[in-house]
Amino acid sequence: MSMHKINLTVNGSKEQVDVPSNWTLLQMLREKLAVTGTKNGCSAGECGACTVMLNGEPVNSCMVLAVECDGAVVTTVEGLAQDGKLDPVQEEIIKAGGVQCGFCTPGVLISARALLNRNPHPTEFQIRDALVGNLCRCTGYVRIIEAVKNAAQRSV
Amino acid sequence: MPKKVSTKNPRPVGDESPRSVGDESPRSVGYEIPSPIGESVTRIDAHEKVTGAAIFADDIQFGPNLLFARIVRSPHPHALIKKIDASQALALPGVKAVATGADFPGYLGLYLQDRHIFCRDRARYIGDPVAGVAAVTEEIADQAAALIKVEYEPLPPVFDPEYGISPEAPLLHPRLGEYQVANFIFPEPGTNICNHFKIRKGDVDEAFKKCTAIVERKYHVPQIQHVPIETHVVVARADEGDHLTIWASSQSPFAQRDLIAKGLGISQSKIQVIAPYVGGGFGSKAGVSMEALAVAIALKVKGRPVKLRLTREEEFYTAFVRQSLVGYFKMGCDKDGNMLAIDNRYYWDGGAYTEYGVNMTRAAGYSGSGPYDVPNVRIDSYCVYTNHPVTGPMRGFGMPELHAALEQCTDELAHEIGMDPVEFRLKNCVRSGDIIATGMKMHPIGLTECIEKASKAIEWDKKSKPSAPNKKRGKGIAIMWKAPAMPPNAGSSAYVKLNEDATVSVNIGGQELGQGTFTVMAQIAAAALGVPFDTVKVSTPIDTKYSPYEWQTVASRLTWSMGNAVRAAALDARKQILELVAASWGEDPGNLDIKNGTVISYKSEEQISLYNIVIYGIPLPNDQGWLGGPITGRGNFMPTYVTGLDKETGQGARAVVHYTTGCQAVEVEVDTDTGKVDVVRAVAAFDVGKAINPEMVRSQMEGGMVQGLSTAFFEALQLKNGVLTNPSFVDYRIATSTDAPSDIQAIIVEVPQDDGPWGARGIGEHAMVPTIPAVANAIFDAVGVRAGNPPYSAEKVYLAMLDAGIVK
Repeated sequence: MSMHKINLTVNGSKEQVDVPSNWTLLQMLREKLAVTGTKNGCSAGECGACTVMLNGEPVNSCMVLAVECDGAVVTTVEGLAQDGKLDPVQEEIIKAGGVQCGFCTPGVLISARALLNRNPHPTEFQIRDALVGNLCRCTGYVRIIEAVKNAAQRSV
Repeated sequence: MPKKVSTKNPRPVGDESPRSVGDESPRSVGYEIPSPIGESVTRIDAHEKVTGAAIFADDIQFGPNLLFARIVRSPHPHALIKKIDASQALALPGVKAVATGADFPGYLGLYLQDRHIFCRDRARYIGDPVAGVAAVTEEIADQAAALIKVEYEPLPPVFDPEYGISPEAPLLHPRLGEYQVANFIFPEPGTNICNHFKIRKGDVDEAFKKCTAIVERKYHVPQIQHVPIETHVVVARADEGDHLTIWASSQSPFAQRDLIAKGLGISQSKIQVIAPYVGGGFGSKAGVSMEALAVAIALKVKGRPVKLRLTREEEFYTAFVRQSLVGYFKMGCDKDGNMLAIDNRYYWDGGAYTEYGVNMTRAAGYSGSGPYDVPNVRIDSYCVYTNHPVTGPMRGFGMPELHAALEQCTDELAHEIGMDPVEFRLKNCVRSGDIIATGMKMHPIGLTECIEKASKAIEWDKKSKPSAPNKKRGKGIAIMWKAPAMPPNAGSSAYVKLNEDATVSVNIGGQELGQGTFTVMAQIAAAALGVPFDTVKVSTPIDTKYSPYEWQTVASRLTWSMGNAVRAAALDARKQILELVAASWGEDPGNLDIKNGTVISYKSEEQISLYNIVIYGIPLPNDQGWLGGPITGRGNFMPTYVTGLDKETGQGARAVVHYTTGCQAVEVEVDTDTGKVDVVRAVAAFDVGKAINPEMVRSQMEGGMVQGLSTAFFEALQLKNGVLTNPSFVDYRIATSTDAPSDIQAIIVEVPQDDGPWGARGIGEHAMVPTIPAVANAIFDAVGVRAGNPPYSAEKVYLAMLDAGIVK
């Protein structure tokens, strides 16, 4: 397996990494860069626990090759808070009680932030639709959806 | 510095209530509920979880010495293992060890020791671990695993529990009679029956003769899997000095230490289990499922940590699954709707090893009448070995499977006798003081209140308009009960230590799975000590070397059991503090209290904060020495009153510690063109004794409802000839954000548990128990058919309507 040197920005920080050609973005984040907030739930693009923002778009990082990310800007859950101040989606999910085990949470927050970035005032259906790729087994989603609604209200 | 606090004594003069806040007995409820009990404080782990800082087992950094494990698994459901050749694998550069059952003769098991770490003479399910390999990278481990050659001789398999108990079936565990077994489990050696629990109460045959209506049904509730979003992961390291360290996503670090120690034939203190946050458990990470595999491999590469993380595919069938039930139900009532008799037989597909599964059989047996007051009960609950995946505890522990069928039968019986289903439940449900099927007297419960509130909330008597002409609406209700299923002496312990800065460290052995236990324990400690909630921290990760003993994080037992231990520990610390300050002030400790982190005297109105005195003590006047020392409070709780049950009749004075009861009601809309069922609204009402954190209790009810709906509509492990044909999210669908009803009402009912902290008992599992029958009963109300066995896919519902002539 050949190695490739790639350059990318992760959570505002410039990184230069050597990665095998068959590694995923998820592997690179967790195992080369030790950015472990993003989780591995299935390695098959089905559960959304690995959701990160790649050039502004939410992606399943287990389905993106690391070598595709040369020159990319990546945001993970660790990059949502700015200067210690939590993003509205983070604050609202805490207030709404939408966090239980926390394993789906990083992916959910990225999907939510990406949604509000492209659609600041989504309908409930649009919120559910944006989160459909983030599986949660604990909360039943009701408080997560509530949290995203409340976060959207804040930018009125 | 803390502000001066009120020294007004909240306890009136002459209060003779034995239940005071300062009462050291864990049995006291307290007439004044201290803050923050009953308050919906923010979870203490929320911030680190939303920032990605929370550490889960796979996040722990190990460095270049970490090895990666892969498991070679049997492709046959039942086979003798003739030969294992690992020579090619061992020759591969980067491979450091291969482990097989040859080196590990010990047995593992919680209630019945019937499994080895790796198969020895035979494999009993597709996926049974036969060999393990550790290598420097995951890729090399994969290659090495493929190079291990195993020769099998296939044997005839068993895929059905009824076949399994027939004389024609091959014997899957010929040595069943030699296995160590808990004294409340009754295997039948020489058969595939690994547990047979019976209830014989009254005379069912005579009673049926007096019944005006009788319902007799067979149900098959399929296997499902817990589907935690975090798969199982373990890292094990064996030191040269014979100490074993295990890091695991674990609900039960102490049980893992115990079971693995026994399996290896070593002392528990040689093993240290460290358990960080768990990304979803639901029972799958209780006991020992795959953790011992990494330990065995690690023993072959002393000094190097070995990590094993299950792939999602492996997660579906090689850790634990929930057993399937083939159940025969017969129940009858008289002309007035009084249930007179229940005669049920349960055949549980226990899978290849039932070291845990045997107890689900027992629990479903002693609770096998459902939450009803029925004078004549005959139950036979059989746990049967099959060549299917290993069954283990899953949220509800036999109750969801049982109620899925039983609550449809009671619904049918109600309709048979022409009685409204809610009225039928109210008439027959178990009440405080009733003698239940095991002969135990039911403690105070609020089941009738749950039924009344749930039916009111769903507007039971109102018919609502469907959203389109081809749709039909209906409402269904189902009730439930469940007791913690555990050994009679499952214990909890806790210690509380205070720090110079007046913060409090709570040390426990129970685990945070998302259910909120760390937060609730901090609330309990804060309330019992008298300190602000935000000064209380829970020490994590749970580590068997430093944390106090906790049996397991299962059974919805922690709020009640560990809560009692934490409360006792906090009260112990409080007592030491009050005695110290009282000695310093020359007062009676009975006049002192701690409010908001300040010690006050109701008599002299003196005050002193907890800063420093909890470590350094208080100086005597005139430099004459010191009083006190570092304050550590300790407490434990273990129920002392659970009795055995007769082997032949299942009767005993106190089968269980307590029951949590409750009710769910759903309104559905059925599309008569497609069979698709939408849940318009859902209501849950449970008697939790006392909601320590009401919003978190409601969160359990909501999450459980949606998980229950997921099992009602989507979930079944499709096993064909022992092969799991749907081990992925594509083919094993779980509820997504688009499936959650937008209207879920969670109603808290509080009838206090006499020996729970401030009256609390559990809720975690109960929240998903009655969902399948509530849905099935609602479908019946809507379109007049029952669609057979769950899950109720659109196809199944449509075909049922077609068969019944409701649609063409």
